[in-house]
Amino acid sequence: MNLSMKWLADYVKVDKPVKQFCYDLTMTGSKVEGYEVEGEDIDKVVVGKLLSVTPHENSDHLVVCSVDVGGTEPIQIVTGANNVKAGDLVPVALDGSTLPNGVHIKKGKLRGVESNGMLCSLGELGLTKHDFPYAIEDGIFILQEDCKVGDDIRDAIGLNDTSVEFEITSNRPDCLSVIGLARETAATYGLDFTEPEPKYNGIKGDVREYLNVTVENETLCKRYIGGIVKNVKIGPSPRWLRERLRASGVRPINNLVDITNYVMLEYGQPMHAFDARYVSGHEIHVRNAKEGESITTLDGVVRELSPEMLVIADAEKPVAVAGVMGGEYSGIMDDTVDVIFESACFDGASVRRTSKKLGMRTDSSARFEKGLDPHGCMPAILRALELVELLGCGEPLDTVIDSGLRHRERKTADFDPKWINRFLGTDIPREEMVKYLERIGFEVVLNKVVVPSFRVDIECKADVAEEVARFYGYNNIPRAELTGVANAKLTPSQQLRRKLENACTALGLYQIETFSFISPKYYDKINLSADSKLRKSVTIRNPLGEDTSVMRTTVLPSMCEVLSRNYNLRNPEAALFELGTEYIPTEEGKLPYEPDRLAIGIYGGGADFYSVKGIVEEIFEMLGTEEVEYEAAGDDCGFDEITMFHPGRVAVVRAQGKPIGILGEMHPDVAENYGIGTRVYCAKINVDMLLELGSAAKTYKPLPKFPAATRDISLVCDDELPVAKLEKLISGAVGSVLEKIRLFDVYKGEQIADGKKSVAFSIVMRSAEGTLTDEQADAALKRVKKALAEIGAEVR
Amino acid sequence: MKQALEKIELAAKAELEKISDSAELENLRVKFLGKKGELTAIMKQMAALSAEERPIIGQIANSVRSDIEAAVTKKAAELKAEASKRKLIEERLDVTLPGKAPKLGKLHPMDVVMHEIEDIFIGMGFDVVSGPEVEYDYYNFEALNIPPDHPARDTQDTFFITDNILLRSQTSSVQVHVMEDRKPPIRILSPGRVYRSDAIDATHSPIFHQIECLVVDKGITMANLVDTLNMFLKRLYGEDAKIRLRPHHFPFTEPSAEVDIVCFNCGGKGCSMCKGEGYVELLGAGMVHPKVLANCGIDPEVYSGFAFGLGLERVTMGKYGINDLRLLYENDLRFLEQF
Repeated sequence: MNLSMKWLADYVKVDKPVKQFCYDLTMTGSKVEGYEVEGEDIDKVVVGKLLSVTPHENSDHLVVCSVDVGGTEPIQIVTGANNVKAGDLVPVALDGSTLPNGVHIKKGKLRGVESNGMLCSLGELGLTKHDFPYAIEDGIFILQEDCKVGDDIRDAIGLNDTSVEFEITSNRPDCLSVIGLARETAATYGLDFTEPEPKYNGIKGDVREYLNVTVENETLCKRYIGGIVKNVKIGPSPRWLRERLRASGVRPINNLVDITNYVMLEYGQPMHAFDARYVSGHEIHVRNAKEGESITTLDGVVRELSPEMLVIADAEKPVAVAGVMGGEYSGIMDDTVDVIFESACFDGASVRRTSKKLGMRTDSSARFEKGLDPHGCMPAILRALELVELLGCGEPLDTVIDSGLRHRERKTADFDPKWINRFLGTDIPREEMVKYLERIGFEVVLNKVVVPSFRVDIECKADVAEEVARFYGYNNIPRAELTGVANAKLTPSQQLRRKLENACTALGLYQIETFSFISPKYYDKINLSADSKLRKSVTIRNPLGEDTSVMRTTVLPSMCEVLSRNYNLRNPEAALFELGTEYIPTEEGKLPYEPDRLAIGIYGGGADFYSVKGIVEEIFEMLGTEEVEYEAAGDDCGFDEITMFHPGRVAVVRAQGKPIGILGEMHPDVAENYGIGTRVYCAKINVDMLLELGSAAKTYKPLPKFPAATRDISLVCDDELPVAKLEKLISGAVGSVLEKIRLFDVYKGEQIADGKKSVAFSIVMRSAEGTLTDEQADAALKRVKKALAEIGAEVR
Repeated sequence: MKQALEKIELAAKAELEKISDSAELENLRVKFLGKKGELTAIMKQMAALSAEERPIIGQIANSVRSDIEAAVTKKAAELKAEASKRKLIEERLDVTLPGKAPKLGKLHPMDVVMHEIEDIFIGMGFDVVSGPEVEYDYYNFEALNIPPDHPARDTQDTFFITDNILLRSQTSSVQVHVMEDRKPPIRILSPGRVYRSDAIDATHSPIFHQIECLVVDKGITMANLVDTLNMFLKRLYGEDAKIRLRPHHFPFTEPSAEVDIVCFNCGGKGCSMCKGEGYVELLGAGMVHPKVLANCGIDPEVYSGFAFGLGLERVTMGKYGINDLRLLYENDLRFLEQF
């Protein structure tokens, strides 16, 4: 809502600088977004009178003017315009002047003839033909205003208003009006304010001879008032009216249309004007559209209507979409004779649905959808008729037709000063509260307030408390510390997240945050099988685009995208993690399951399969998860994302037998899909399962009293045999004296037959009962050798 | 014999003076004090002395031996100290060469700030709770006093899954879950992702994070809200942080406020960052609307509460001077390494 300060001054006199005014209104709840002083960027432009216009000696296109600008001597100005003649009053930009868009005018020579300024067109002053309909667009602005030579042009043409832009919240449609803001202004400063009562004489006549109104849907149309203006004279509005429209950001059109806009801005009540010739049968029916009906709206677009939409129809057809836009056919034209003014109150939700469905939001619909006051219809139409008389542009009939108000009882709310003070934590005297409330039109009657009808937002005592608070001043409310005992700590799952974050950063990983919605194409990029359940995602019905259209069922593609981005940004290495959510569909009509996942992604910096495995191992070690095992993963490993991994370099992580994670090298085809030209390693851990599995309780084991015995063993076995199996076998063979088994070498190549590998372990043995003898240690080693021999491993 | 002993002592001390390393010192020790040394040789002649002379000469001999021993020990200590000093000098390093350590990773800046805020509130007795991101319309809108066709729905362009399931557009949805599940007193903080149908640019993203705060108890006042906001923001931004409350409208609070903080950039004088206002909009707040309490089964005649919600991205950007929201979701390492 753009408010003209000149217009505001009609209702309340504010003597504050505009900046202060903006601040003060903001602090009582009418938020100011900014303000604009008209003509602020115009300087040293005055009214000049052309004394003579003579041809230019060196040009056919230019003329030389002698201009009286109020100084002792006339000045000489060269212009290229051909619409000037001696005697014209024109805007003159003097030497050193400024025009909109930062244009500076300096004296100079044009084709050898001195020019001491510039004659201005409408455009050069930042105006259009809508502001001054008598002027032409391509030529000098010949002034027809009542002004004197030498006057500042801004005063001469009324370009001296200030427009303040308010951001009005959706609960206060009453403030989308000059009168509403005047009321708030007066209340802010404690000034007097009386709502004007429009009056006009009108010509005698029975409105029913011209118009019959039938409201067929009283739920969607709470009131309909029609007024008649006879013998209208269509033409431009007077300057003061055009100026106010311009300052309010509305384009002047013609006097009748301007009046409807003027009243809407002043009273907040949308108005419409019909050409009576095209309202068939002198009948207005406020009804639902019929199946198959359509209307061409004022913007020239054919709109298909549907039965839930409310329309204004004549005897035959719709002439307007109620509260949204009028029809083109019945609009005001230059030859319009009689006009029907409409001032009505339509249901907000209905207007909102209709305007949404038709895809047209207008000043009118934006007001209606917030819910307007049916009481507001009458003053608005009276004001419109008053303006017609004031402008002398028609003969209003002295009566109007009114469908009437169905609810006349006045709305009340509890007024309990003690409660309000308790609620706000304040100590405001009752009289003070009454003063605040009365200023904004409330009436206090004992323990109730009678709410003015335009305050559609007030329902309960908390609403009344807000009214008191905003005039008392939110920032005058004291501080009071919360009391009472409250102890808080992170939940186990929040603690787990923090632990994981700490472990990941300690292991050199950087945390990333990615979008939770992805493109369905991402599933193809990780080569997910066509029938994978992961392809069944929660799908957004109205996405911004395909790239952000489904909620991810796996966090890994987001990680791959970020790795790819960093690779393409030529970051030489990356080690990343994300604690993200997956969205797994459940039943139809039910919410999805949203488990936490840890994704890890690494490339460069000498990373290999064992780097990502090492990180995962450390994480489980830190968490104390029991019975964690790593196995070569197959298609049935429990993770459909297996398709994105190198089939020979992927492991499934099981904890207590359950698949809890997957890790490995990215499949070269997938790396190619992502445009990554190096080996990439990824892992995913189901964080939600970590909590279920729990971790081993930590209890102290006494430190060893007796020395350990260490034996190294080196063996050659089939390459296929996993080291984990050898370890298990050796552990079993050593038995209870085993303290630790440590792999220290795996070798393939020279001196080792094809298909074989050499593996070396260091076995640490210790007994809690006494020092192990060499015999005991050697016996254990013997058992190991025997066991290894049984599986065909040769001890060296 | 006495003279011989004195001569040995003098000779030993004179030789000691010249010694410069521990090997020479050992030779000297052997030469004078060793089993075949000069002193031992003289001692062997003691037997030939008279009974009167023997104790006198013996005493002198012992004193000579201990003098030489002390001198040798002292010299040894000196040599050791010198050697160690020399070694230390030789081992001098260029301490400006870079250190060696496993490289630490870093948290995402938003998570750093999120933890900071969570910790502030845990310190004030607030539990941290979360709620579903894919949510029923009821929790995101209806229970929060935003019925269908309410104009406030326009300001939060929402992603829909079905007619009544959507991506939550505000963490306020968690308020409803908490009030349904817990009895007052309630003090919670709920951080999480929210979704609005805004195209991504330097200040907008279709996904962003909110942090919701809710307190419900008997006798909660707006003064409590003002104090909690002040405490929180002073802990987050420092004791100098200054805020103001402006009346505003949210369907789920009454009275409602927008909270501004004195511009970090200009300190309130007005600059391009705060559009000359001196304040930067920070969060929305208010007293929980009685209808919302009632919708959640809490009697508004007995209990009252306050709530506020702030955007994590905005706080993070303000804290680190990040001027483009997109950077937070691009995850360029050159960006992530800075925090």
